[in-house]
Amino acid sequence: MREIDVSQVTETVEKLCIKANYELNGDIVAALEEGMELEESETGRRVLRQLVENARIAARERMAVCQDTGMAVVFIELGQDVHIRGGSLSDAVNEGVRRGYEKGFLRKSVVSDPFGRANTGDNTPAVIHYDIVEGDRLRITVAPKGFGSENMSGVRMLKPSDGIEGVKAYVLEMVDRAGPNPCPPLVVGVGIGGTMEKAALLAKKALLRPVDRRHADSRIRKLEKELLEFINGLGIGPAGLGGRMTAMAVNIEVFPTHIAGLPVAVNISCHVTRHAEAEL
Amino acid sequence: MDNVIKIETPLTRDDARKLRAGDHIWISGVVYAARDAAHKKFIEMLDAGKELPFDIRDQVIYYVGPCPARPGQVIGSAGPTTSGRMDAYTPRLIELGLTGMIGKGARSGEVVEAMKKYGAVYFGAVGGAGALLSKCIISEEIAAFPELGPEALRRLVIRDFPAIVVIDSEGRDMYSAGRKKFQRVFV
Repeated sequence: MREIDVSQVTETVEKLCIKANYELNGDIVAALEEGMELEESETGRRVLRQLVENARIAARERMAVCQDTGMAVVFIELGQDVHIRGGSLSDAVNEGVRRGYEKGFLRKSVVSDPFGRANTGDNTPAVIHYDIVEGDRLRITVAPKGFGSENMSGVRMLKPSDGIEGVKAYVLEMVDRAGPNPCPPLVVGVGIGGTMEKAALLAKKALLRPVDRRHADSRIRKLEKELLEFINGLGIGPAGLGGRMTAMAVNIEVFPTHIAGLPVAVNISCHVTRHAEAEL
Repeated sequence: MDNVIKIETPLTRDDARKLRAGDHIWISGVVYAARDAAHKKFIEMLDAGKELPFDIRDQVIYYVGPCPARPGQVIGSAGPTTSGRMDAYTPRLIELGLTGMIGKGARSGEVVEAMKKYGAVYFGAVGGAGALLSKCIISEEIAAFPELGPEALRRLVIRDFPAIVVIDSEGRDMYSAGRKKFQRVFV
């Protein structure tokens, strides 16, 4: 059994929080640059130029790409042959978030309870999702999620008879209703199947897939392409000021579901869709 | 940059009425940074018969909760937040003299009605461009509610801050006008 000390987890999470917030991933930057060429709206092109310039400034000056540095969503894939030593794994993750947000001059955006709403002052707690997997590695993904786009997300329990057309209609309805609010061009994460919470988690995980990589299953790949085309026909455009590029990608993940159900979750994410990964 | 209108704050109601949806603007001068928690406090103060912590007449509010500044920086990343969350509080502030708001995203019918009635304008800044926009902020100080951390009321001085008039004082809306030009899929 391989041993990993909690201090390694804390150090890694700290670094990943800062990296994710300072450096927009290459696939997103490439999509924005491509948009500058393809966007038909002059205002849209102007917005995209600002976004590319913004990413350059953030990386160069070591500052957050967006002031909404998010609630830290942390995915842990824990190999079943790993033994965590020296304390609680969840505490170690939260300590990493605390240090990363402090040392990285990142905004602390978490309130202690939904009604009292006192800021916790250190951006903890993180939302941590654990998966137990085979092997002796520990994989950590930090995906800070801003709430301009999170607020535009939702889950709907469709009927099996609603079928693929029902899924398309729901995704389009969500993006249409969100309009300019979630900072387009978007990444649209869609989870289909499972139970209510499984669909939501699939939608969140779908956002981790690079925008230039399509689903392995050809049926899902087709649905992703079709939905992207529809979404980019809505006219919302960069910053919602009108244009073609409303989304960079639609990423769909699917899971078996119940004979009575067709759960669909749509997790909308802005052009600052961030995630950084490391393996211990 | 071509066809940019430069304006200076404070912004009178007459000045606000001159701006048109779709105008590209560079804003300079003092603006107040306030978002959800500060707005809630404003309304609680007004309900209690107290004065606001700043004279709101002819002022512009920027809906932003910035990142902390690194040593040597004026401010951290500082882009706009979604304005719609302030809608419940805004008509009353417009009535008291607020003439400009900088944010992103749609506004309610009540806000637009108040803008038309009193003369106010809604500027859109590019959401998610917080690093770029922070470069247009030349000073920052906490004006009230320091306990709110990133949500404290801040007095900012900005210079050539790029924005676009999204909704003007006659209720014209750049989001719907811009969208109409490019929409070919209807939900």
